[in-house]
Amino acid sequence: MNAIDPSAKPQSALALYGVELLSRLLIGTAQYPSPHVLARAVEASGAAIVTVSLRREQARGRTGERFLELIAALGVRVLPNTAGCRTVKEAVTTAQMAREVFGTDWVKLEVIANDDTLQPEVFGLVEAAGILAKDGFKVLPYTTEDLSVAERLVAAGCEVLMPWGAPIGSGRGLANPYALKSLRAYFPQLPLIIDAGIGAPSHAAAAMEMGYDGVLLNTAVARAGDPVRMAAAFARAIEAGRAAFESGLIGMRDMAEPSTPIAGTPFFDVGVPAGKRGDA
Amino acid sequence: MTETNLARTIIVNGDVIATSAGTLAELLSELGHAGRRVATARNGDFVPERARAATQIERDDRIEIVSPRHGG
Repeated sequence: MNAIDPSAKPQSALALYGVELLSRLLIGTAQYPSPHVLARAVEASGAAIVTVSLRREQARGRTGERFLELIAALGVRVLPNTAGCRTVKEAVTTAQMAREVFGTDWVKLEVIANDDTLQPEVFGLVEAAGILAKDGFKVLPYTTEDLSVAERLVAAGCEVLMPWGAPIGSGRGLANPYALKSLRAYFPQLPLIIDAGIGAPSHAAAAMEMGYDGVLLNTAVARAGDPVRMAAAFARAIEAGRAAFESGLIGMRDMAEPSTPIAGTPFFDVGVPAGKRGDA
Repeated sequence: MTETNLARTIIVNGDVIATSAGTLAELLSELGHAGRRVATARNGDFVPERARAATQIERDDRIEIVSPRHGG
């Protein structure tokens, strides 16, 4: 039963590239204190997709095989990234290598512009997205909240966009909520996932209340004091945020409006002389 | 004198090594990667598994051999 909704009404499923997913949380597999904690945190998160990467393998090394065994046991879909790539060529080659090793044509496309901000290099991102989409990849680009870049990515063949909340690992939440709301309003049907910068479950809930389709995070869980409990906390925040969005949030107003009915308020009479109201 | 049967210098994952492997498939065997889940690139281009046996190794080639890892 759905803990958020007592009627057990199922929340609408998230569909990415035609695949329906039961969870709106996508979680990274890096930086956990141990493989055991990683496995338990992924389980607690309820995530249906985990991000993975490719790194250089040592001669006679088995690091990659051991990691694959760990991930396979989780029974989740993997989303390989191109983390660390700085050029179109590096990103495209990395995506092609990932497709062969992981056996999926999904790719979290990253082309990084700057060491300090790890911000997307959006020109290269658009170019790489076009090349990969033509090659049959299902591209999920890590991008900024820039609307014009988003349009170019969609034109390049992306059916999902993943704008950052804030720089990777910064934990600052949604740095530019106005632009993120604009992006959501401009692409009402396109799956949009907040990727990076999330620090607290409240950040994730805010993204979901805004109407974002999902949240991808890693550091906020992996580096938490108790990653397993934090993963569960994020799962609930995202579920709550989505339920709130689907339930129709009230708008903000400038002035107060009483919630208790005015009609029948004791002592509330018009025209009673001073001294008779008990307020003299 | 040709280089054909001699060890030649190439760069694997950023390290300079000497190898007598003639093809990428032979290089992978030499480095203990045969049958393992690795992916390869030569001079920046992806080399699919099926093409490794036909991919010649030349002096100063830059080879990448990668495998699955944690990622965010």
